[in-house]
Amino acid sequence: MTNRVSKGSLFPYCLWILLFVIAPIALIVYYSLLDLEGKFTLSNYQSFFSPAYIKMTFTSFWYAFLITFFTLVISYPTAYLLTKTKHKHLWLMLIIIPSWINLLLKTYAFIGIFGLYGPINAVVEVFGIEPKQILFTDFSFIFVSVYIFIPFMIIPIFNSLDKLNPTLIYAARDLGASSFTTFRRVVFPLTIDGVKSGIQVTFIPALSLFMITRLIAGNQVITLGTAIEQQFLVSQNWGMGSTIAVFLIIIMIIIMLVTGQRKGGRA
Amino acid sequence: MKPLIQATIAIIIVCALLLFAANRLETAGSQGSKDTITVYNWGEYIDPSLIDQFTEETGIQVIYETFDSNEAMMTKVEQGGSAYDVAVPSEYMVQMMIEKDLLIPLDHSKIPNLKNIDPYFLDLAFDPKNKYSIPYFWGTVGIVYNPNLIDDHLTFTTWEDLWDPSLKDKVFLVDGAREVMGMGLNSLGESLNSKDDELLKKATDKLITLSPNIKAIIGDEITPLMINNEAAVALTWSGQAADMMWENEELDFAVPKEGSNLWFDNFVIPKTAANIDGAHAFINFMLDAEISAQNNDYVGYSTPNAAAMALMDPEVIEDERFYPGEDLRDKLEVYENLGLKWLGKYNEYFLKFKMSIR
Amino acid sequence: MKKLSAASKIYLIIVFIILYAPIFYLIFYSFNSGGSMNNFESFTLEHYKAVFEDSRLIVILINTVIVALLSGLISTIIGTLGAIGIVSIKDAKMRNILLSLNNVLIVSPDVVIGASFLILFTMIGVKLGFTSVLVSHIAFSIPIVVLMVLPKLLEMNKSLIDAARDLGATKRDVLTRVILPYIQPGIFAGFFLALTYSLDDFAVTFFVTGNGFSTLSVEIYSMARTGISLTINALSGLIFLITVLVVIGYYFVANRAKRVSEEVQR
Repeated sequence: MTNRVSKGSLFPYCLWILLFVIAPIALIVYYSLLDLEGKFTLSNYQSFFSPAYIKMTFTSFWYAFLITFFTLVISYPTAYLLTKTKHKHLWLMLIIIPSWINLLLKTYAFIGIFGLYGPINAVVEVFGIEPKQILFTDFSFIFVSVYIFIPFMIIPIFNSLDKLNPTLIYAARDLGASSFTTFRRVVFPLTIDGVKSGIQVTFIPALSLFMITRLIAGNQVITLGTAIEQQFLVSQNWGMGSTIAVFLIIIMIIIMLVTGQRKGGRA
Repeated sequence: MKPLIQATIAIIIVCALLLFAANRLETAGSQGSKDTITVYNWGEYIDPSLIDQFTEETGIQVIYETFDSNEAMMTKVEQGGSAYDVAVPSEYMVQMMIEKDLLIPLDHSKIPNLKNIDPYFLDLAFDPKNKYSIPYFWGTVGIVYNPNLIDDHLTFTTWEDLWDPSLKDKVFLVDGAREVMGMGLNSLGESLNSKDDELLKKATDKLITLSPNIKAIIGDEITPLMINNEAAVALTWSGQAADMMWENEELDFAVPKEGSNLWFDNFVIPKTAANIDGAHAFINFMLDAEISAQNNDYVGYSTPNAAAMALMDPEVIEDERFYPGEDLRDKLEVYENLGLKWLGKYNEYFLKFKMSIR
Repeated sequence: MKKLSAASKIYLIIVFIILYAPIFYLIFYSFNSGGSMNNFESFTLEHYKAVFEDSRLIVILINTVIVALLSGLISTIIGTLGAIGIVSIKDAKMRNILLSLNNVLIVSPDVVIGASFLILFTMIGVKLGFTSVLVSHIAFSIPIVVLMVLPKLLEMNKSLIDAARDLGATKRDVLTRVILPYIQPGIFAGFFLALTYSLDDFAVTFFVTGNGFSTLSVEIYSMARTGISLTINALSGLIFLITVLVVIGYYFVANRAKRVSEEVQR
């Protein structure tokens, strides 16, 4: 019976998939088969397998991995500690609010903060260390990216930790498990769905980051997202831009299928 | 369930209230007039008080929309779906839009103030006889630098100065294939419109030898960096340099003698126009000597309007860095529309250069 | 419940300081009488005055908020129902395909989404403006809602639904009394992150807007070439202040109402 409720609830969602996912994919694939003169060709796919793009693909992967890793490392303890605070839902909201202020403005603020004459170097100078240019380094790039994704990682983890049954933890403790074992064997497995969700909403968009690669990394990091942006808006080669986008989507789907959920399937 | 319903109702009520407020504000502004034009321009690229003045004088309401790149703007005009009456593309984009048949020819009889424009800036190759476009602002590409942060002997009268070993990790480039490749070609004494694969390769190799000096390749963020003394040397457009120098008096600007780019932002009337008469009236209004002088004062870029220049502070218009003299002017080249194939090549080489930085 | 240790508190404080640093930096310079976000000259309120005098900017702000709230609401509804539907699918392959499709819009760079939506809208003949922007924002916010609701649904105990059904609950009851209350935190999370997506988006909005309709992001990005004015800083400061006040105010009012109703029930 609930089965039918659920199937009916899929209708608007499937309509959305049809109109705003399948149709655009069809368009992108169509454009990826066109050359500059609008003739059908496979040359775009051929040019994707050039050293430049292969290198870019690896760069994108590597940085997306680093960003996701650091975001997780910082967010998990934050989410965990937040669930233990008194006004936990209020604090959670206060984690989200900064993400509502325009990203470009915040990035400009970071340029100021990281600058030679910015507050960070001012503090560093007090300790007698030479001011250093922090901008346009891997550190600043990953820092700002992690900054952007933190709320997206904290929220799903918080949600799965929040409803965690405390008796389970007490039980584990009573049975003599150390706090680390309790965490590893009881807490973490129960929050794995939240973590997965957080990783997805961080890793997938991180693959196609573009604006920050220029603003914070000064184009020293060139990702597939940057390349697509350039092809569409500068070279006006929509064919090549679409081709890279097709590869991005394929890569994402492979990741999804490899890490896919096998459980579930509620009737 | 209850909190969900409550939240839904709260959102709908808030939206209704906001919609009401927005409507009140909009009708209060428009005084019920039906004559409107839509102006499509770069952000902060006009004195907003002039828009009000235009409405007062002509009764035509102005809807002001903004874009941040020529290509994105063209995509919008090409796809249609929205009426833009006046747009302000750069010169190479004017040429591209003419080729794509996206512009309406201007009726010069409706723009008598065209006579105010310095003839030097009229009838250029990208739009012969100004059939489709009239220059709004113009400028060059050059080097903005902070003399206090670099060696004294560097004055950037030549592009070679960028390669000076003392500038290690100090040079910022603008993220534009035409600008950077153009600089590479200029430094070899070649035209920045070259369509010769060998030359482009040579220019790229030359640029790659610049890599050790390059700190970053960025966009508009260069402005705050230069103002804040974070960056010592940057390749950028004269207009942005003027903005920077306004804020930081230490800075200086130079256009190297080998030559550089001369660019224009121009008024055009796109095919999407719904109020062609209104569009002409707006362009004519903006070309008026006094109006233009006021606008130049606000925007701070170089103006092609000779009549307006007569009304402006002589110190501004006699500044050779932004109003270069005859001999340098002869060395400046306007970007030609290279066609998509060559544009792609320029970008390919530029990408190769960018990836060589690390 | 144990109290937080000092180390934990310091950790949380650092996280919050980092999250708010750029915002306070922005707000600090909104009081700068100089023209930009460097070299603080002297204190002034002129940028705040400029915000209130610029009715065009205020209309744009209102548009931005309406689009964000409505797209958040509608995408949350569609996304939640979609997630419930996805979980009910028995075929694991089918489910993974749907989830992959779900994430296509997250992995696609904004230009691609913007350009393809623009082509789509002009093909269908939709007049660009409020509707096209709203529809696009709904479209790109749905996946994030699904990803936020999904873990809660997966956590949900299957026996809970079975028990409810055994007790004679109708399908409607199961949805409104069992499923929705349980996944409520996920739904709210989805809504708030949909707001983030909507408020932050520039490229998609740029492509699908038209006829005078504009949002704050589009305005700010197109100012980049000539320099973002401090009016925008002042406006952001105001938005930030109002948001924080509304959230804190709402939280305490809601909490009090909850306590009162609990006491009444007792």
